[in-house]
Amino acid sequence: MPKVKIPRKSTTIDMTAMCDVAFLLLSFFILATKQKPPEVLSVTPPASVSSKAAPDKSILITMTKDGKAFLMLGDETKKAEILSNINATKGLNLSSTELKKWEKAPFVGLPLNQIKSSLQTAVEIPANKLPGIPVDSTNNEMIDWLKSVTNVYAGTDQRKLQEMLLVKGDQSTLYPVFKNIKKAFKKNEIYKFRIVTNGEAVPVGSELYLNPPKAD
Amino acid sequence: MAEMDTSSGGGHKKGPGVKKSKKLSTRVDLTPMVDLGFLLITFFVFTTTMSQSTAMKMNEPKDDDSTQQIKVKNSGAMTILLGKGDQVYYYYGQLDPEKLSEQFKSTTFKQVRDIIVEKKKATPIDDLMYIIKSDKQSTFKNAIDILDEMSICAVPPGHYAEVDITPTEELLISKTEEANGIK
Repeated sequence: MPKVKIPRKSTTIDMTAMCDVAFLLLSFFILATKQKPPEVLSVTPPASVSSKAAPDKSILITMTKDGKAFLMLGDETKKAEILSNINATKGLNLSSTELKKWEKAPFVGLPLNQIKSSLQTAVEIPANKLPGIPVDSTNNEMIDWLKSVTNVYAGTDQRKLQEMLLVKGDQSTLYPVFKNIKKAFKKNEIYKFRIVTNGEAVPVGSELYLNPPKAD
Repeated sequence: MAEMDTSSGGGHKKGPGVKKSKKLSTRVDLTPMVDLGFLLITFFVFTTTMSQSTAMKMNEPKDDDSTQQIKVKNSGAMTILLGKGDQVYYYYGQLDPEKLSEQFKSTTFKQVRDIIVEKKKATPIDDLMYIIKSDKQSTFKNAIDILDEMSICAVPPGHYAEVDITPTEELLISKTEEANGIK
């Protein structure tokens, strides 16, 4: 029987195409990843089945794990107005240069009586060392803050304001902190606000899953 | 595995003085590069958080005087209490001091959905009312989770409300926690 010679083929394949695909995908994923703005306050919000995306421009109250409250005024157009309003109503005695400096701060995390002294010192306190806005049942400064917010937004579309008011809290924040913030809202006759949560799929088989509500 | 093309020195000789310059292949082995590429892809795929933060609506009732309070039928009321350690306690109707141990039941977030659904099915919709009370030791997550449970079970708005906890209930929770050994 004649031997059949099987031609030996090289096992090396041209990898250029594969390499191209790999790096194309890589660059796609790098570019498509939405860079989160660096968060100074690290907070893991609880999950909910709500599907509405949180607005970018917002007045955000953040509750950290240890129960401190911070306020972020995301609406740049009104930020200066809100700060000067609280300066006037609460008698903080801030000069215009101090107000300018305050505007640059990303968020408020100090009791009102410490604001002037913190603006005069050049040293910045790291976010995790800030005492936060007091929200005790006896001294709830969030009421004053929200009052200034409502003052500034008075006359504008209230529904827009309601959509901007956000509360974000860490999962392990104790309930009384949240209760006091709710109280601050109520004191200013704000009954509707939103809570920042992580999106979550509706559990299969539940009633919401079987009869999804019509989009409003 | 980089290949070198050594097949070039075929037939033609270039004379004795000419040194044969080896022709180097331009082909590079791409395997490590592909490996690295896919490694990075997997890394980016896994680290990308797909979940975008969402906003949940909160509607608070107006803090009016008691004239505005809604009367709730005992038969349709279920009180859900949130305690520490992600524990849930519940009772139907009103607390009867004589039958506390029978009435006051404890459960977890995993089972509370079934209890809510069961109650919803057993009660005419007009009488249905879930009263949610959060203990001092419960967390923000608990409060959001139970509200979320309400929307998962499609409890219509107005049929559940957050109410402040009473001292009796606080005491009951702390006693139950002690008995169940929850820290």
